[in-house]
Amino acid sequence: MEVFALLVDGFVITFEPLNLALVIAGVVVGLFIGAMPGLGSVNGVAILLPMTFLVPPTSAIIFLAAIYYGAMYGGAISSIMLGIPGASTAVATTFDGRPLALKGLADKALVAAATASFVGGTISIVLFTLFALPLAGVALAFGPPETFALMMLAFATFIGLAGDDIPKTLFSIFIGLVFSAVGLDIISGEPRLIFGDITGFYHGINFLVLAIGIYGIGEMLWTIETSQGDVMMSKATVTFQRVFDNLRELRASAKTMIMGSFLGYFVGILPAAGATPGSLMAYGVAKTMAKDPDSFGKGNVDGVVAPEAANNAASTGSMLPMLTLGIPGSPTTAVLLGGMVIWGLEPGPLVFVDHPNFVWGLIASLYVANLFALFINIGFVPVFIWVLKLPFTILAPIIFVLCVIGGYVPTQDMHDVWLMLIFGVAGYLMRKLDYPMAPAVLAIVLGPLAEPALRQSLIGSHGDVMIFFERPISGTIMAVAIILFALPLIKFLNNLRKR
Amino acid sequence: MNRYLLSVLSISVAAGFGLAVSVPMVSNHAMAQGWQPKKPVELVIMAGKGGGADRLARFIQGIIEKHKFASKPFVPINKGGGSGAEALRYLKDRAGDPHIIMATLNSYYTTPLRNPGLGVDVSKFTPIARMAEDTFQLWVHSDTNIKTVDDYVKAVKSAGAVNWKMGGTGKGQEDSLVTRMLEKKFGIKVTYVPYKGGGTVAKELIGKHINSTVNNPSEQAGFWEAGKSRPLASFTPKGKLSGRFGKIPTFEELGYGSDMVYYMQRSIIAPAGIDREVQAFYVGVFDKVYKSAEWQGYIKKKGLIPGWLTGQALTDYFIAEREAHRGLLKAAGEIK
Repeated sequence: MEVFALLVDGFVITFEPLNLALVIAGVVVGLFIGAMPGLGSVNGVAILLPMTFLVPPTSAIIFLAAIYYGAMYGGAISSIMLGIPGASTAVATTFDGRPLALKGLADKALVAAATASFVGGTISIVLFTLFALPLAGVALAFGPPETFALMMLAFATFIGLAGDDIPKTLFSIFIGLVFSAVGLDIISGEPRLIFGDITGFYHGINFLVLAIGIYGIGEMLWTIETSQGDVMMSKATVTFQRVFDNLRELRASAKTMIMGSFLGYFVGILPAAGATPGSLMAYGVAKTMAKDPDSFGKGNVDGVVAPEAANNAASTGSMLPMLTLGIPGSPTTAVLLGGMVIWGLEPGPLVFVDHPNFVWGLIASLYVANLFALFINIGFVPVFIWVLKLPFTILAPIIFVLCVIGGYVPTQDMHDVWLMLIFGVAGYLMRKLDYPMAPAVLAIVLGPLAEPALRQSLIGSHGDVMIFFERPISGTIMAVAIILFALPLIKFLNNLRKR
Repeated sequence: MNRYLLSVLSISVAAGFGLAVSVPMVSNHAMAQGWQPKKPVELVIMAGKGGGADRLARFIQGIIEKHKFASKPFVPINKGGGSGAEALRYLKDRAGDPHIIMATLNSYYTTPLRNPGLGVDVSKFTPIARMAEDTFQLWVHSDTNIKTVDDYVKAVKSAGAVNWKMGGTGKGQEDSLVTRMLEKKFGIKVTYVPYKGGGTVAKELIGKHINSTVNNPSEQAGFWEAGKSRPLASFTPKGKLSGRFGKIPTFEELGYGSDMVYYMQRSIIAPAGIDREVQAFYVGVFDKVYKSAEWQGYIKKKGLIPGWLTGQALTDYFIAEREAHRGLLKAAGEIK
């Protein structure tokens, strides 16, 4: 088959000494960038972009893509270790990764995250290799109604979590939605909810500010309260034997891994969605599918596996619209797209024809980057575990400093640091009152995607909501979403009546 | 603790190694006398990451880095909030600071006009350089039978405003003003659907979710080349564009008058109250960027119009454009 011939050419390019060195360097840099809260792959790629002038374009994209990839692995590390999402894409990993670490099972969570990332990455690259061009058509078929339907599906997976307190879940979602509405309204062009005229609200509330506040600061306060002077966080010990045992136990999560990979990939190829919604959706679906949904949020390995498989798959997926349509699928690919322009390449439908070495070199390098990232991650697990053996009195200030940095970096505005601290305290109080936080985070991520899609659809249909049901793709997705919404609601109402 | 440090250090060393592989950091490039930046220069971008303005600013940053036009790096910072309101306020508050400049687009005028409360007067900022003017074309999908502006007007009229969707960037921004010009000129009505960025607008046209766009050339170029979209006419004076884009007829050439012209300026400015030597330094840097082969090639390839302006001439240009936009916004009912 032609594809394989091209792929082999791609591998030849990847194994050139310079490119191979860049893949390794990129993965390591990416791991570090991803693990630093707030310094996600977007910033990493943007900072290093000008440096790529020194090498040919193919080497440059290989390096930057390796960073992007490494960051997807790295994000999980601080999510699990410190409870601070290292990158936006790793927020969902915090939900279960952190509780696992607190139970002394950090090694298990780290191994699961690395393995799931590898599986997600590899499945998505295979899909990319085989179906890049037909899938570009899927991205094109997604207009505003389809996007909105998909967002509804995402919300439905979170409400459809059997066993949760539905009113509290709804409350949490609405809080997130209100926060997501702050900032510029692109439809009217007017700033909204800026509290008089506070400049810091002009750029909206970056959801990392909320996530770092709730999970970093809130979690820290919670630990201070619950540990009550018990300064040792965890009695984790780790040996390579345990790492291998963990790997073996992961076979039970194979189904979740595959689900997360496919879901992440398809969400990733939709322009503008990116890896963050994909990983949150995968988490929701994993919880809905699970036999014991109640154990999610308390340290279920599947809760780490699903988002990690999905975010790596989505990061590959979001390269597809970048290459084939010249439309970024995520903020990071937007910067990569800028890079392609600088290197003198025309992203768009012809890039596969005009620059086969560039495209196939990139694709082949992703296979290699994945393999390296897996080895480096697993190899480092014992090192990471030592961090958890630090007394909390030392760890807490470190977490605090990292949170402040993480709040500042995305927008470089002190306003967001104060906001992050307020969210931290509020998150702690919400937790005391037993409100679920994950839905608020989901809402602030998906709100800015769902709202314009809803309004664009309704502008196009002149207010007729049937536009969501008439079109085949959006109609199907909507139907599934409505069923998912209805199921737990019926169950909840039934329970009320029985009481 | 030591072990934590050790792990952090080992990662840092590895990361440093990565950087060392990719970047031989040479910065002993002695520059001519005059003012020199003492620390990295903030290059504020009035838009979010990944949009057209952002890509252009990073491209310029790349040229500066590649040729070492400055002894300190230029660091892009996105302040896209409130259609650039955040960036304008940021620059206003940094009056007199020599280590900050901003890449502008047309929201440079429209945002202060729409938000008088900002208290920003753009004629007070220090002009550095106008690097180019970006252009607009009217685009349709290549699957349609619409080949000329006449066909287009007929198609819109027979479809009616309800069924004809024009995609563009946010309300009150460039695309919506151009659409308004089009509606007024031809006595047509369209349903205007705002999207977040020009790239998404281009993709929506190819996916047939909208019927037409007024994209910049750089946003549609790839699809045009692949035979997916078709330009009908250019909102430029005749003879200004060259290459592939020069072959698109202008509205003026088609006999619709010389008023069907609209540009997106791409300029660099600095805060008010900076020293003359500082201004001269930046003008010098951007003069070199402007003359570089990369910039000239980009302009040609992406359908921009070259047009170096600096000093008082640039301020006069800003004032004239602001007044023109006041008229456009009034006509569109955006301001009183």
